[in-house]
Amino acid sequence: MPITINVNDVDHTIDAAPDTPLLWAIRDHIELTGTKYGCGMALCGACTVHVDGAAVRSCVTPVSAMAGKRITTIEGIKSKEAKAVQAAWEQHAVPQCGYCQSGQIMSAAALLQTNRRPGDDDIDRAMSGNICRCATYVRIRAAIKTAAANLA
Amino acid sequence: MFTAKPFESTTRRDFLKAIGIAGAGLTIGVSLSPSRAAAEADAAIITKSNGAFAPNAFIRINPDNSIAVVIKHLEMGQGTYTGLTTLVAEELDADWSQIVAESAPADVSRYNNLLMGPTQGTGGSTAIANSYEQMRRAGAAARFMLIAAAAAQWDVPATEITVNKGVMSHKSSGRSATYGELSTLAAAQPVPDPQSLTLKEPKDFSYIGKSLPRKDTGKTDGTAIFTQDIKMKGMLTAVVLHAPRFGGKVKNVRDQRTRDQQGVIDVVQIPTGVAVLATDFWSAKKGRDLLEVEWDESEAFKRSSADILGEYKSLVEKPGLAARNDGDTSAAMTRVARVIEATYEFPFLAHATMEPMNCVVQVNAGTCEIWNGAQLQTGDQGTVASLLGIPVEQVKINTLYAGGSFGRRANPHSDYVVEAAHIAKAKKGTPIKLVWTREDDTRAGYFRPMYVHRIRAGLDEEGNPLAWEQRIVGQSILAGTPFEEFMVQNGIDATSVEGASTLPYRIPNLRVELHTVDLGVPVQWWRSVGHTHTAYSTEAFVDELAHAAGRDPVEFRMALLKEHPRHRGALKLAAEKASWGTELPKGRTRGVAVHESFNSFVAQVAEISLQKNGGFKVERVVCAVDCGIAVNPDVIVAQMESGIGFGLSPLLMSEITLNEGQVVESNFHDYQVLRIDQMPEIEVHIVPSTEPPTGVGEPGTPPIAPAVANALFAATGKPFHSLPLKLG
Repeated sequence: MPITINVNDVDHTIDAAPDTPLLWAIRDHIELTGTKYGCGMALCGACTVHVDGAAVRSCVTPVSAMAGKRITTIEGIKSKEAKAVQAAWEQHAVPQCGYCQSGQIMSAAALLQTNRRPGDDDIDRAMSGNICRCATYVRIRAAIKTAAANLA
Repeated sequence: MFTAKPFESTTRRDFLKAIGIAGAGLTIGVSLSPSRAAAEADAAIITKSNGAFAPNAFIRINPDNSIAVVIKHLEMGQGTYTGLTTLVAEELDADWSQIVAESAPADVSRYNNLLMGPTQGTGGSTAIANSYEQMRRAGAAARFMLIAAAAAQWDVPATEITVNKGVMSHKSSGRSATYGELSTLAAAQPVPDPQSLTLKEPKDFSYIGKSLPRKDTGKTDGTAIFTQDIKMKGMLTAVVLHAPRFGGKVKNVRDQRTRDQQGVIDVVQIPTGVAVLATDFWSAKKGRDLLEVEWDESEAFKRSSADILGEYKSLVEKPGLAARNDGDTSAAMTRVARVIEATYEFPFLAHATMEPMNCVVQVNAGTCEIWNGAQLQTGDQGTVASLLGIPVEQVKINTLYAGGSFGRRANPHSDYVVEAAHIAKAKKGTPIKLVWTREDDTRAGYFRPMYVHRIRAGLDEEGNPLAWEQRIVGQSILAGTPFEEFMVQNGIDATSVEGASTLPYRIPNLRVELHTVDLGVPVQWWRSVGHTHTAYSTEAFVDELAHAAGRDPVEFRMALLKEHPRHRGALKLAAEKASWGTELPKGRTRGVAVHESFNSFVAQVAEISLQKNGGFKVERVVCAVDCGIAVNPDVIVAQMESGIGFGLSPLLMSEITLNEGQVVESNFHDYQVLRIDQMPEIEVHIVPSTEPPTGVGEPGTPPIAPAVANALFAATGKPFHSLPLKLG
């Protein structure tokens, strides 16, 4: 049945079952592929998007719950915090395989949107839901600190 | 099986050397390509579509002055796009910003791994090692032709032309041109014999040795395309219901409810299960959940991990086949003052790449096209060609970025690629994207095998080791694969014993034995292969010996490594940088390990703190690596960080267990892997070297688990013999 969701400031009307996870609505129906599938159970964070500015695991969020919400994916981020995070990711050469990095960046941007000066514990709390099998964690931590410094 | 017989002209010795098992120095292939004819036939090609000049199979210079470097290896995060591009840019004297890396097609005549014989593939940390001379010669040849073109155009001697960042200049006439401007003319120049070209001396390098920005771009804005992201008109997503046990087969399928599911287009039975094809993933997944399948498990594997472990522990008490035999261990054991013994247990491990296995295949009449993070193109190509009954050349492979691999995508049986090809064969003309769920991926097998080791060593009165006897029990990774012929000799699978059979310590009587067990669990290499377990058992045990001898672990190792300067160099640097021997705050201890794998030498000092809850935290790791000439130091540092993080998971939490043949774990809640709050601080130091470069994708992994275990041993006085660690 048709459902309308707002992704990256654009309304999309898609024909998807109401239980379709937001992740697959974004990937298969709207065809934005920057948001990744990793586990389907909110265990790895690869699917992280922003819903009304907060980091949300799109793989367990039904599309039917998204009416009237503003969804932002990696392709649509433009907040100061998000741009600072992307720049810091490049500066620190964070990505290796890169598959988890959209989710990492979305989680990091959401962190900085609520906490401009995160300490190590804040970073652990905000980022421990995002797995990176290349273990780029040292650089993720450093890049978040750089982004925070550049926003100050 | 491969139809192309990929290894027919490779000797076993060359192959072993290539992947670092022989323990000898690496021999670099010197030809531009083993198929010179193919490489030179490419010369002087002007691409019809845009007039690009392709001086050889690795370089395309476009009229707009951009330069494509064709990368024959899979980019899976290890940085090969950057490393190989650096080699070309160095000799071409190109500007870094004008170069774009692109993936090579599957074409073994041009893009074989020179250390794997006539096979195109990535693995064994060989990308830089086998490309070091080849890619530089490719760059030098292109430069030669471009300069010849400028000399002809300007009517000046070629020797008077200089190049700086892709701009050729002739000083006295004041003329200059970019490579792009003269690319068409360059194509008309004679192709030089690559062997006649003089490559730069290391002192003249301008790119090699610098941390240039990476060329695998698009990874911070969602634009990088992985297999999972392929979109094609009319494409269907396939989700497969697999047998619950290895070796199970479909007996009966009731699929009406599946076919009634919205979005489902078809249900196809394939040898590995039942595939549900739908317009999108979620519809396919829901359709799969509605399948009712009865399985024939008459030949299925039904044993449990505990039972297998019991068998291995009993086997390890019995003599096995000798993989190495120095001196006379049995006789020496009768003369020693003290015998120390330990039995080590290692579980099955899944690769758990972030991108679960997937593959896009389209089969048309007489042709097939594949989109995949392909790691063994020659194998995939040959296997799919056989399946479809078409010539190998008719199987086109588009190699995409892989969302991690750690060996998984180099499956010698092309398991998931074949599965996708079976589905596409049944739906000719339709592009099929096979998507495994995380659960499918975790339970599909091709695990790092389970192993049990027993080591007994005898020390003399002064604590010097006189005898070392190690027995290893486990499955052969290579049995039944095309690699068996080269790497299994006299019943010894080199990958089962590497790292143990190559133990560098000077011990006069040293025997390593192997029991190879035939088990119906599919197994495969996993980042650093045999070293994943041999580095642990040997380096943890060496600490037990040092402890028994009352000696410092670093000093003890140094004394036994007199003939191994590169081990010593790495160990010394790591110990110095970690301030080994200095006092630490209460509750903190250090542990050390050094290990050679894939011709690189890595030492790590781990610092841990005991926690109030009875656990511990890995606080800091100091790593020293000797990988010969450091092509891109920052990529090397990144790979050491990555290898350390990857190696901590099997130490701390990862384990695949079988219960009556079924894989117990399914997703990241029960197959746990390292997260950011468990990641230590890491400091990496590169040992300066003029040796040819060797790999860094794997060698960072082996030493970390024993280094941490040795720190725990120092803290608790208790050695740890079973992974993952179970404290308390």
